[in-house]
Amino acid sequence: MRRILAVLLENEAGALSRVVGLFAQRNYNIESLTVAPTEDETLSRLTLTTSGDDSKIEQITKHLHRLIEVVKVLDLTGTDHVERELMLVKIRAEGTARDEIKRTSDIFRGQIIDITANSFTVQLTGPSDKLDAFVRAIGKNLILELARTGVSGISRGDKVLSL
Amino acid sequence: MSEMLSGGDMLIRALQDEGVEYVFGYPGGAALHIYDAIFRQQKIEHILVRHEQAATHMADGYARATGKTGVVLVTSGPGATNAITGIATAYMDSIPMVVLSGQVATAQIGTDAFQETDMIGVSRPVVKHSFLVKNAADIPLTIKKAFHIASTGRPGPVVVDIPKDTTDPAAAFPYEYPEQIRLRSYNPAVQGNGRQIRLALATLLAADRPIVYAGGGVVLGEGADALTRIARLLNLPVTNTLMGLGSFPGNDPQFVGMLGMHGTYEANMAMHHCDVILAVGARFDDRVTNAPDKFCPQAKVIHIDVDPTSISKIIPAHVPIVGRVANVLDSMEQLLAEEQERAPDKLDRNRIAAWWKTIDGWRAEHGLNHDLKPVAGQPILPQMVIQALYKATKGEAFVASDVGQHQMFAAQYYKFPKPRRWINSGGLGMGFGLPAAMGVVFGHPGATVACVTGEGSFMMNMQELSTCLQYGLPVKIINLNNQALGMVKQWQDMQYGGRHSSSTYSDSLPDFKTLVEAFGHVGIRVDQAEDLEPAMRRVFSDELRNRLVFLDVWVDRHEHVYPMAIKGGAMNEMFLGKTLKTENG
Ligand SMILES: Cc1ncc(C[n+]2csc(CCOP(=O)(O)OP(=O)(O)O)c2C)c(N)n1
Ligand SMILES: [Mg+2]
Repeated sequence: MRRILAVLLENEAGALSRVVGLFAQRNYNIESLTVAPTEDETLSRLTLTTSGDDSKIEQITKHLHRLIEVVKVLDLTGTDHVERELMLVKIRAEGTARDEIKRTSDIFRGQIIDITANSFTVQLTGPSDKLDAFVRAIGKNLILELARTGVSGISRGDKVLSL
Repeated sequence: MSEMLSGGDMLIRALQDEGVEYVFGYPGGAALHIYDAIFRQQKIEHILVRHEQAATHMADGYARATGKTGVVLVTSGPGATNAITGIATAYMDSIPMVVLSGQVATAQIGTDAFQETDMIGVSRPVVKHSFLVKNAADIPLTIKKAFHIASTGRPGPVVVDIPKDTTDPAAAFPYEYPEQIRLRSYNPAVQGNGRQIRLALATLLAADRPIVYAGGGVVLGEGADALTRIARLLNLPVTNTLMGLGSFPGNDPQFVGMLGMHGTYEANMAMHHCDVILAVGARFDDRVTNAPDKFCPQAKVIHIDVDPTSISKIIPAHVPIVGRVANVLDSMEQLLAEEQERAPDKLDRNRIAAWWKTIDGWRAEHGLNHDLKPVAGQPILPQMVIQALYKATKGEAFVASDVGQHQMFAAQYYKFPKPRRWINSGGLGMGFGLPAAMGVVFGHPGATVACVTGEGSFMMNMQELSTCLQYGLPVKIINLNNQALGMVKQWQDMQYGGRHSSSTYSDSLPDFKTLVEAFGHVGIRVDQAEDLEPAMRRVFSDELRNRLVFLDVWVDRHEHVYPMAIKGGAMNEMFLGKTLKTENG
């Protein structure tokens, strides 16, 4: 089962490598990982997607807590939350295909942020499956280059993950 | 106004303020500012080893025997990489250790400079935490944090990597050592949850066939006294893991011996048939449980540990309790005292008399024979050597060991009366024994310190005989010489049709007696059974009290360690001898 974990981490050199090292060392997989400092620049926020059953996720959570620089860990999966991912995709756009691509991009609420005679660069945000659907709709053979950020997530409502 | 000190001097001053007595180490270019700072003071003694691995094992032995944090100092590159095995050993066995490693100057980091190794990277999987010193001014706080992290919660090694420029004697900084430290991201549990402790006690008091399974966490978490009182009050059978030996007195009739792969028959049988396990500071290691799906089918598990990741990792706990072992057991004792007032009959020692009868039956059937007699003309059995050692030291020695058959014989046959007497690498390897024993001597000057080793293990760190001469360390080395990597050979006998692939070397062994004499020590060789006990007495005689003595005992090369768990089985499935195994096995 896919899981999404939010982690608050001391914003220190080497902290991220410990998190990544933990996953490698204990044979847990990381599907995606995003990290950036928070409004409090001493803290980084990390969102991580992985997979496993309850007992595995319990172990992962405990092991994350055991890292000295990890301040808080929250499993967003079971709770009411929003998750978003950003994708930048460069698409071959020539002749009549240009209109078609523009229309598809509009349907997915994408924005064309760069244009050349032969290509469009589209920016798209949303849950990961929406991004997947866009990639399928365009078709692999028109995609020249693709960059995704990985998932970032936050709980809905007043609940906050903070110190 | 605080005093102005260089980075190197601040480092050593911080160690002094931390109460450090000894630093075990080996110098080199990147650490020379630090070595100079050591030279210019008197409080801390530096112990010069002959190999950095030995420095880490010495600090480790010192820590295990005293409960204090062991301290190591090595240079960058080769010094740092040589220290890794000892750091990994401390990590596996949760030993408090601070390792200071010199590093190339900050400006050179990342340039593949001479003797540059990414120590933080190389050590990452085997440390509790690590620090790279960025500014000299950070040194006091970093050292404070390192000791705090190494010694609290589940202890472990902490590496502090120190670029050479940060210890430069030319720059000075105001020195102040923090009294207290609080890390917002590090708050190890101390007290256990009261409700869970109550539930644990109720479960234990309702059990018909209880057993205490106590591990190294009881030793490290200073819970041995409380555990012993509780077990005695309730008449509970107690088994220890390899790491937990001494956490309950080994000569107490309630002690059923070590459990697991080479555990006693009665300990493994009692585990398999029990209805409640009180697991304390133990982690259900695969060398204990054998096949987890067949583990103790009727048992409810109460699990006390300071590290939440140990709980329900292998075997699900019915009553998990996270906290420091001593604190949790203290709370349990208080509840017991209340119970004694309210319902004393619940605490009746005879309540589990039938269970004890079963256990005593197992003991009589296949228990270890602690009274083997050497017979002239017959080979010396390795077990006899441990018995002779036990007798000659009256059970009061610190015993360090290596890894192999000799280690298992020592664990089975030396009955440790107290915690911190059995100094053993549970999770890692050979070469640990001698340097660890040396560390014990520093921690307990004047105490009797033995090292039970095998010729294979001994040769992995025998260069330290030179260090022993330098510092006058009277370690008594008992070498169970079976002319082979005995434990490997045993597995090959049992699982590979007796094909001894690279496990023997009998025609190329050194003459250990002359070898140790060349290092300035006393060597004694014994190969006749009748000479064993007199020789052992001589090793521990007053005449040789201040000398390192190496007793090279030529034991039966064909002996195996039994019992031995049958791979993939339950805990009641064991080989009991070369031609004997349990019925179900
Ligand atoms: C550093 C290291 N390398 C390899 C091993 C694997 N190993 C375990 S026991 C053993 C044999 C030990 O031989 P010896 O010290 O003579 O002890 P014996 O078993 O003969 O008593 C070996 C090679 C190990 N534990 N540690
Ligand atoms: Mg051997």
